[in-house]
Amino acid sequence: MTETLATMAKWAPLILSGFLFNLLVSLLAMALGTMMGTALGLAQVSLSAALRRLAWAITQFFRNAPWLVLLFYAMLLLPFEVQLFGVRVALPGWLKSVIGLSLPVMANVAEIVRGGVQSIPLGQWESAEALAFSRRQTLWRIILPQAAKRMIPPWMNLYAILTMATSLISIVGVQDGVSLTRAALVAEGRTELFMPMYLMLLLMFFSYCYPIARFTATLERRFAVKS
Amino acid sequence: MAGVADFFRWLNDAHGLNFSIFYDAYDRDRFLLGLWTTLYISVFCIVLSVIIGMFGAWLQGVRSGVVRALVQGYVQLFRNTPPLVQLLFFYFGVGTALGAMTGGGSFLSGVGWAIVSFSLFAGALNVEIFRSGIEAVPATTREAAEALGYSRLATYRHVVMPLALRIALPALGNNLVNLVKTTTLAYAIAVPELLYASAQIWSEVLNVREMMNVLLVSYILYVAALVYALGRLERALRIPGYTP
Repeated sequence: MTETLATMAKWAPLILSGFLFNLLVSLLAMALGTMMGTALGLAQVSLSAALRRLAWAITQFFRNAPWLVLLFYAMLLLPFEVQLFGVRVALPGWLKSVIGLSLPVMANVAEIVRGGVQSIPLGQWESAEALAFSRRQTLWRIILPQAAKRMIPPWMNLYAILTMATSLISIVGVQDGVSLTRAALVAEGRTELFMPMYLMLLLMFFSYCYPIARFTATLERRFAVKS
Repeated sequence: MAGVADFFRWLNDAHGLNFSIFYDAYDRDRFLLGLWTTLYISVFCIVLSVIIGMFGAWLQGVRSGVVRALVQGYVQLFRNTPPLVQLLFFYFGVGTALGAMTGGGSFLSGVGWAIVSFSLFAGALNVEIFRSGIEAVPATTREAAEALGYSRLATYRHVVMPLALRIALPALGNNLVNLVKTTTLAYAIAVPELLYASAQIWSEVLNVREMMNVLLVSYILYVAALVYALGRLERALRIPGYTP
């Protein structure tokens, strides 16, 4: 028992560093996905029917495809380097995995943005129009500030899901907490370590995701529309 | 069928688009086996996770605080950890430990552990979904059943659950769609499901681009079929004029 604990303590710093890399990937993918998703969500409420339909199709496509398949898609089909303004930019595996994870995030953010904008009563649009706000001004100054409050809980929920999904990058060969745990187990070569080591990894994810879930629930209650 | 095979053979020769699964019998069989495994795992998981959800939601309503705390612990632990790590924990951790206890060999196959692990993961989410469905059933309905002499279990089975199921159905459908997508994780323990079969094909035939798109379209069609079936179920179960 004490020996098992000592072995776990020996590997814990390495696995924790891998887990911190998972968190870094989650933050980058969330930032990228949120930027693309906001644009896609706003396109879904645009005045042009063609743009609306195109944005809807893109959203549905990336929302209904499995995360792991999209990750494979990005890992295998993106080039290893791209030409940006005549400069060669290398695309290492971990960066491709960030892009791969940001695709489903984008589609889910788009749905959150669309839902948030559509949850604002039509009267707000009409009043803004009566006050001679342009459509762009109405969206940015009237609608989005109100919708943002309602979008935060589902957005945080999505972030927790993304953080858990970052474990998938170990499957496509990026070194993260999961692959380092596996490497440690291979190095030790003792089967009785499998359970405690994976449990330790589970607890790392839990101690990060559970507080987020609790905080999201609190925000949901606070922002709930009183009826 | 021969016409389809000829078309895809021509597409390969003339344009270099190699959809080998449509004309090569070996690749086709591997792909179909993968599709079958994915269907098999997901249908088992859907049934088991719904049972876990209903049972867990019922346990959350019992008087014993210990049982409620245990169910809550299970739900939170499985909701807030990655399903991939759960799968590895079960397959390598629990599987090896059980195998050692029962005298060598693996306790369950990879497919078996995938079903157990994904069912527990989706089941934890279903407990929450059914619980909120049960909470949405008006207290007066439950009290009316009690006044008619229904026992606690009978009230749950004949009055509360049928209504809660209808309320919970949209959220349940979302979770089941996610469950189908989660089955791809079985790739990590070398279960020959659709993703694994496709990966084998594209690494041998070197048609990553084509297989990737076939794979994406396959999953989207499967999910679309499930969404359609759930929509039909929702309509079939609708009680005309009833709003809880």
